[in-house]
Amino acid sequence: MYNSVVRALRGLGQKVTARIWRLGFASRFFLAIVLHSGTSVRRLSLTIREIYFTGVLSLIIILVSGLFVGMVLGLQGYDTLARYGSTEALGVLVSLSLVRELGPVVAALLFASRAGSAITAEIGMMKATEQLSAMEMMAVDPIARVVAPRFWGGVISMPLLAALFSAMGIFGGYLVGVQLIGVDEGSFWSQMQASVDFREDILNGVIKSFVFGIIVSWVAVFEGYDAEPTAEGVSGATTRTVVTSSLAILAADFILTAFMFTGT
Amino acid sequence: MSRTTLDLWVGFFVAVGLGALLFLALKVGNLASSSSGETYAIHAKFDNIGGLKVRGAVKSAGVVVGRVTEIRFDPEAYLGVVTIEVDARYKFPRDTFATINTSGLLGEQYIGFEVGGDTEMLKAGDTIKKTQSAVVLEKLISQFMFDKAAEDGGKK
Repeated sequence: MYNSVVRALRGLGQKVTARIWRLGFASRFFLAIVLHSGTSVRRLSLTIREIYFTGVLSLIIILVSGLFVGMVLGLQGYDTLARYGSTEALGVLVSLSLVRELGPVVAALLFASRAGSAITAEIGMMKATEQLSAMEMMAVDPIARVVAPRFWGGVISMPLLAALFSAMGIFGGYLVGVQLIGVDEGSFWSQMQASVDFREDILNGVIKSFVFGIIVSWVAVFEGYDAEPTAEGVSGATTRTVVTSSLAILAADFILTAFMFTGT
Repeated sequence: MSRTTLDLWVGFFVAVGLGALLFLALKVGNLASSSSGETYAIHAKFDNIGGLKVRGAVKSAGVVVGRVTEIRFDPEAYLGVVTIEVDARYKFPRDTFATINTSGLLGEQYIGFEVGGDTEMLKAGDTIKKTQSAVVLEKLISQFMFDKAAEDGGKK
């Protein structure tokens, strides 16, 4: 009885210290990336290659999801607004919910599962096949050569993808609301323009997606770098990337929203 | 994939992304209409500003001529002081009458300018003398109810 309690407590303590150790290592790793990011600027082709893999290849999923999210918002928003006889506000509802919340958050979640997991798997496999150690042997710093370009590629791609998601969603809402249901086109756009503020709404959305880009890319490269160099370890790290970055995105979204949209 | 096609795709991606941002800024947001032109500041004191907010519109004859930039409380006169940035293209007479109106029954509140006949114009830093406060719906309703009650009491 006594022994099992002690064992349970010890297990708990071990788990907590292991988490804190990992957090400390992750923070140190983040600092190392920032310090070694000179190479990503000097050898821009490395970063451009990563933007291709994270950004361009995520275009299709982002555009199609954005279109459908906007169309659903159009249908649902119309249904609710029709009860209050204010269907002209459909444009406001669609654009504000996309630009402020859904654009950055859903795009970041998709980005985490589409690009983040790929980054983790790639770096994890490089580690498992000892490519990273080989680089160190040749006096090439793997953080500068492999990790930092992937990190910055993700950070640059994310705000662009989120903006595309929002624009596509508003287009989807326009298709359903104006073309399909028949909300007045003039009031759809004019009410939208009257109530969406550039600094308050759009710029804050861009800041959000930028922060999410940092979070997803950081988690992805860290999990890959920290993965156990086995097939099982890499698969576990890939799963952890998606889970951790999704939770971190949602938590960070709450904090950012609390800062940005309080009262006036 | 060769270098050049890769660059082409990334360039396309960045261009499309920035285009989407521009679309959001100009077509969805109000960056185009929020004129960054010359303005001058004037003040107006109100007994009650109601639900007026910073960045609220200032209209004359229904046309937006300025924005509310600051709302503060005057602790000596116990009045709400509203600072308004008016578009420098428009000049208003000194006896302009500022009222707080509501767009629609439940819409947001804005300041309306009713133009007077003075030949001198408002300058930057001037204070509008004649103002009318926001209509507080609760006060109106309670006034109406008391009037009704008083009428009924008088009849008996």
